[in-house]
Amino acid sequence: MQRPVRVLVAKVGLDGHDRGAKVIATALRDAGMEVIYTGLRQTPEMVVQAALQEDVDAIGVSILSGAHNTIFPKLLTLMKQEGMNDVLLTGGGIIPNEDIEELTKIGVGKLFTPGTNTQDIADYIKDWVQKNRSF
Amino acid sequence: MAENKFITDSGIVINNLYQPDSSNTNNELPGEFPYTRGVQPDMYRGKLWTMRQYAGFSTAEESNKRYKYLLANGTMGLSVAFDLPTQIGYDSDHVMSEGEVGKVGVAIDSLRDIETLFDGINLQDITTSMTINATASTLLSFYIALAKKQGADIKKISGTIQNDILKEYAARGTYIYPPKPSMRIITDIFEYCSNEVPKWNTISISGYHIREAGSTAVQEIAFTLANAKAYSEAAIAKGLDINVFGQRLSFFFNAHNNFFEEIAKFRAARRMWAKMAKDLGATNPKAMMLRFHTQTGGSTLTAQQAENNIARVTLQALAAVMGGTQSLHTNGFDEALNLPTEAAARTALRTQQIIAFESGVVDTVDPMGGSYFVEELTNQVEAQAWKYIEKIDAMGGSVSAIEEGYMQNEIATASYKYQKDIENSEKVIVGVNKFAVKEEVAPPSFRINDSIRIEQTEKLNKLKAERNNSLVQANIESLEQAAKDGRNVMPHIIEAVENLATLGEIADTFRGVFGEYKA
Repeated sequence: MQRPVRVLVAKVGLDGHDRGAKVIATALRDAGMEVIYTGLRQTPEMVVQAALQEDVDAIGVSILSGAHNTIFPKLLTLMKQEGMNDVLLTGGGIIPNEDIEELTKIGVGKLFTPGTNTQDIADYIKDWVQKNRSF
Repeated sequence: MAENKFITDSGIVINNLYQPDSSNTNNELPGEFPYTRGVQPDMYRGKLWTMRQYAGFSTAEESNKRYKYLLANGTMGLSVAFDLPTQIGYDSDHVMSEGEVGKVGVAIDSLRDIETLFDGINLQDITTSMTINATASTLLSFYIALAKKQGADIKKISGTIQNDILKEYAARGTYIYPPKPSMRIITDIFEYCSNEVPKWNTISISGYHIREAGSTAVQEIAFTLANAKAYSEAAIAKGLDINVFGQRLSFFFNAHNNFFEEIAKFRAARRMWAKMAKDLGATNPKAMMLRFHTQTGGSTLTAQQAENNIARVTLQALAAVMGGTQSLHTNGFDEALNLPTEAAARTALRTQQIIAFESGVVDTVDPMGGSYFVEELTNQVEAQAWKYIEKIDAMGGSVSAIEEGYMQNEIATASYKYQKDIENSEKVIVGVNKFAVKEEVAPPSFRINDSIRIEQTEKLNKLKAERNNSLVQANIESLEQAAKDGRNVMPHIIEAVENLATLGEIADTFRGVFGEYKA
């Protein structure tokens, strides 16, 4: 029997808007996942360390402050350094489409914008993990 | 099933019809205790609300241009948005500021930035509201220092600092220090301003962000008033007179979608604060009047079919006006996508002007007064809000309730329910879960370049090379001592910023003395 999908929901940078992060965390739990929420003001380093310690399948980052073009690439670099090839980096917030395209190109997973159904996010994470989990 | 559709988000059941009975008759008068019908006897016939559009982004130079544009278009007061590093006490060159400088507001590091921000604007002639909390004492000091430089009489300048730290722990997130020292800085500001800057509104106790974080209308006013009580009690404990500082307390609420519940909310909040202030010992009517700013609900804006937001903003703004607001910000219709463009900001301002000058709703006081429905709804919102306040009182007040996570949990539960209701289509969001169309999302028409952090860093390097560093060092040491000794910190901050100490240096001094709050 496979263990449940484990997800780290993270707020990175100085952004204090955590309504979305909390809603997603609860929705993913309701969808049967194990969810760890980091709380506010994490650095990319703290997030990657927590992801390693908690042995998660996915990291979901919520950003509404406009700092996404700084934070996602940093996270990706750190994850590569740690060899976390079977961990999904996904997220959401107020992120313009053209930025989403650029971030996806460099290897960030799907990024979700306001108005997304939480079930769609849960399904996306489950599918990804099923295809990419290395154990 | 059908009856479920007639319940507000706060859980108030709406009847098919309201008829006159003893509970929904209102014989109160506006301008008289408990001010349910308004704080002025003539309301907008005497003076319209202040049309105050919140703006700020990028550098002080860029924001200054937007302010001049807004003033030229009929905005009546300024409202400054600061970037997150400024709000959390980091200079632009700090490592934590990377990626955040100038993004959600203007970057301010020193008095020089404030001089640029208000270039060509006479501080004695306008009122300025600043959305600033953990670092409010520093931003107010910058403002006072600039007013003095302009030759203004600081006894005459007026404006508002948000300065409401409790809702930062509960809902908004830009705290720095633990609650106790934060409350002490706030009461220092109350004390300093009541003597030196008597027309300044020293706090804007905010339900806006509590609502944005997902609370109901009832929770919004309940938690806000519970916080107001906590600030008042802290000030009274410091020996301040509620009849003096009470006149300078202001409030800030959200205008959300449910039109009548929102109007009822504003009326109930006024009545409740009047009673609460009286119980706290206020005898001066001005200390019992709840004066408030309103902003339309940012989280109600949709990225889908963004023009629909103009209609949402109009309804929300109308509720605020019919609820008797003293000032109002209307959101740009494009704000689910990006910061508002100049054109969107103008339409938002025009919306207020159409309500003020075309609709006729300003011609009489409290036009909803005496409506069986609105009076009954006002009573119900009030009754439910008191229940929350009693619960919070039983926990030992707002500070304890927040430390225990009570408000945060209540808000999170309400916001999850709201989301689920949308996803189950129990709640309709036009253009999102009903009447949706396939559409190309427009590319952002307005974005902030990351290079402004470099610009700000260069300014900081120049400042540190040009100022008298030993003088700044001495000022910082005396500030540190005052913080430790419990003396009022305000005169020390003002002196330090006049000598070009930076925002980050002041915040670091307090961090050293008070420590940092970890949620």
